[in-house]
Amino acid sequence: MTMSQQVEHVDSVTTYAVVWIVLLILTAATTAVAYVDLGAFSVVAALTIAVIKMLLVALFFMHLRRSTHLTRLVVLGGLVWLMILLMLSFADFMTRGWTGVPGR
Amino acid sequence: MKLASQAHVHAETLARREQFDTAEQQRDASTLGMWVFLITEIMFFGGMFLAYSVYRTFYPQVFAVASSSMNAVIGATNTGVLLCSSFTMVMAVRAAQLGQRKAIITFLILTLLLGLAFLGLKGYEWTLKFEEHHVPGPSFHLDGVDMQGPAQIFFSLYFAMTGLHALHMVVGVGILTWLLIATYKGKFTAEYMTPVDIAGLYWHFVDIIWIFLFPLLYLIDRHLK
Repeated sequence: MTMSQQVEHVDSVTTYAVVWIVLLILTAATTAVAYVDLGAFSVVAALTIAVIKMLLVALFFMHLRRSTHLTRLVVLGGLVWLMILLMLSFADFMTRGWTGVPGR
Repeated sequence: MKLASQAHVHAETLARREQFDTAEQQRDASTLGMWVFLITEIMFFGGMFLAYSVYRTFYPQVFAVASSSMNAVIGATNTGVLLCSSFTMVMAVRAAQLGQRKAIITFLILTLLLGLAFLGLKGYEWTLKFEEHHVPGPSFHLDGVDMQGPAQIFFSLYFAMTGLHALHMVVGVGILTWLLIATYKGKFTAEYMTPVDIAGLYWHFVDIIWIFLFPLLYLIDRHLK
């Protein structure tokens, strides 16, 4: 077993520090924007910032950007499954009022 | 089994158990296995996020008042604490990749302290909820809403979601403590640091759950207040 096979890529401290600072700035931003009346858009703004933070943590801190294709595919598959749970359930709960059937 | 291992040129090591062809293959298998576990966790928390979303759609006004009663400063501070702990955790993993034992210990201790700080603030926040009668039950009362029932649903979801998250933090603190002892004993090297690596994945995952809990429970209806 030669060293070249052993070595995996090690990210620089600067990379991690920048991601960390950006995450803190985004936290301040999402808190600040919550006090601004954006109407229905406030949910969109909050979730967009949350998704960006999730991607930063997953890609950099959890090393997904250097993971194998198989690992990435499995993670993506997991998120698709979560979407099935959410979207099929919403398709039920959010449309119950449409038909006007008593007892929903 | 004995015969099989003797047939190999290389002796079995922690970094390459005999069922793997290479150390890299073993590392990839560990990472993949951890992610499969984390996906079951995503579905576990996903059910609670779904319940929250459905009830929020049913009772938007009640949820707006209840959510605005949260202390956003504590929530934001705790988010910051957790993000800092993720940074120290990834630094511990980096130190492990480089085989720097002392640095691993330093960063693991920092992560542990930040994790405990999060739990402390969470405990303080829960105490406030008891004092404000915002805990579902006979003495529950939330000012500003007619429907106390749906308001209790919000706080039931709040306690279930933050409670389950806090439980994961407690488990994480246990894992960090074990890692600290193992690192102190010199178990990890640059060639073998899988436990540090996958514990990092777990810690960051718990962080991601909080990244979504924070805006959903504390922030999104604040402008209505």
